[in-house]
Amino acid sequence: MSTSGAEYIRKIKSEITEVDPTAAHELVGDGVAFVDVRETDEFDRGHVPGATHIPRGYLESRIDGAVPDRNQHVVLYCASGQRSALAAKTLEELGYEHVESMTGGFTLWKDRGFEFDVPRTLSPEQRERYSRHMLVPEIGPEGQQKLLDAKVLLLGAGGLGSPTALYLAAAGVGTIGIVDDDEVDLSNLQRQVIHTTDRIGTPKVDSAQEAMNAINPDVEVVKYQTRLDGSNIMEIIEGYDVIVDGADNFPTRYLLNDASVRLKIPVVSASILGFDGQLSVFAPYDGPCYRCLYPTPPPAELAPSCGANGVLGVLPGTMGLLQATEVVKLIVGAGEPLIGRLLLYEALGATFTELKVRRDPDCPICSREPDEISDQEMGVFPDYEAFCAAAG
Amino acid sequence: MAVVRIPPVLRPSTDGAKEVNAEGDSVGDVLRTLAQTHPSTESQLFADGGDLNRYVNVYLNDEDVRVLDGLDTPVGGDDILVILPAMAGG
Repeated sequence: MSTSGAEYIRKIKSEITEVDPTAAHELVGDGVAFVDVRETDEFDRGHVPGATHIPRGYLESRIDGAVPDRNQHVVLYCASGQRSALAAKTLEELGYEHVESMTGGFTLWKDRGFEFDVPRTLSPEQRERYSRHMLVPEIGPEGQQKLLDAKVLLLGAGGLGSPTALYLAAAGVGTIGIVDDDEVDLSNLQRQVIHTTDRIGTPKVDSAQEAMNAINPDVEVVKYQTRLDGSNIMEIIEGYDVIVDGADNFPTRYLLNDASVRLKIPVVSASILGFDGQLSVFAPYDGPCYRCLYPTPPPAELAPSCGANGVLGVLPGTMGLLQATEVVKLIVGAGEPLIGRLLLYEALGATFTELKVRRDPDCPICSREPDEISDQEMGVFPDYEAFCAAAG
Repeated sequence: MAVVRIPPVLRPSTDGAKEVNAEGDSVGDVLRTLAQTHPSTESQLFADGGDLNRYVNVYLNDEDVRVLDGLDTPVGGDDILVILPAMAGG
């Protein structure tokens, strides 16, 4: 004998636990997982604050990522309480011990005057473009929105800056600033993949903008065709959420460190030479700064540039993409950022080594409050003048 | 015997070796043994007074010897010393 859909839902409802919206409302912020099983367009028009969105059709495949603990108290809701009843039955069959379906659904929740969030939504084109991010629980629509709202400054559109810029643009970082006073040269193209042969002689910031917007026209590229110095750095970097250090010289790296500590902006730092790369994240006051790691740079003869000593063309790709990964993690708040750790990559041996980096209690910069650091001391290090004279 | 990892900028001083085995019971002893075997590393590692140059970072396994006992930090036979220079290439 066949059963009507309505009868089936009534039967399911008799087998699960339901909760009234007023009782459910008292559970908000109480460690209870609210799961919205409606379709995306319904969720986007408004939902219970803090609710996780899993359309019912994806419930079985996504619930483990969203609510891994089978003992977690879960409140499911839909528009009227029918789809959520079916979903509650499914979760019980999956072993969830404490599942309730909200009667009357989101419609009754709103009618009772309870608060709800209306998220800023992505356009259909953005949903398609970033669909693979949407599927990753650590990013999802919220993380993608954070990326779209983020402002990242790239120091250099060279070896490290090229892959970083391309991938951050592709990832949808909304505003990407680039500081570089150089022009594209034929010798750059062995590794600086954002530039092209037909753009030789073009300012690197223009060339980079063309490539980034070709990948993703949504990205606002802010160009600084200049060299960072003590007179312009504070103005340029202020307002950025994360800075990517791909500078090719020590004075700029120390200057950036000091200014970023003053403004409390995290720096994802990498450097390369030959077959070796180094990577760390310097988060002011949360971890060590560049000066804690390197109180003073080596003399010029022990610090050759890539121009003098050469670099494997692939290496800045490897290190730059590790930088880009750290940037995305910082923006969306996922994982464990490389703060207080230095990652060494040695390409010939194909080895990674991780070293601890400690805050220096006597650090000339980050042991002090930001407003105690003066313009005059930014970027200065012992024997600075001799260093710069030797480096030419 | 400890293993000392040699960074690229010092490899011309170690005949190109990426790793050098060196005897010693402390970080200072191991590095001085390295300097005896490969004399041109000495001025790059040590300042005039015998301390490490300020621009030279040395790690015992994964820990900076500056937060241990510096050159006096004991070293075991299975330990790895990493000499780490700052690099600025981008």
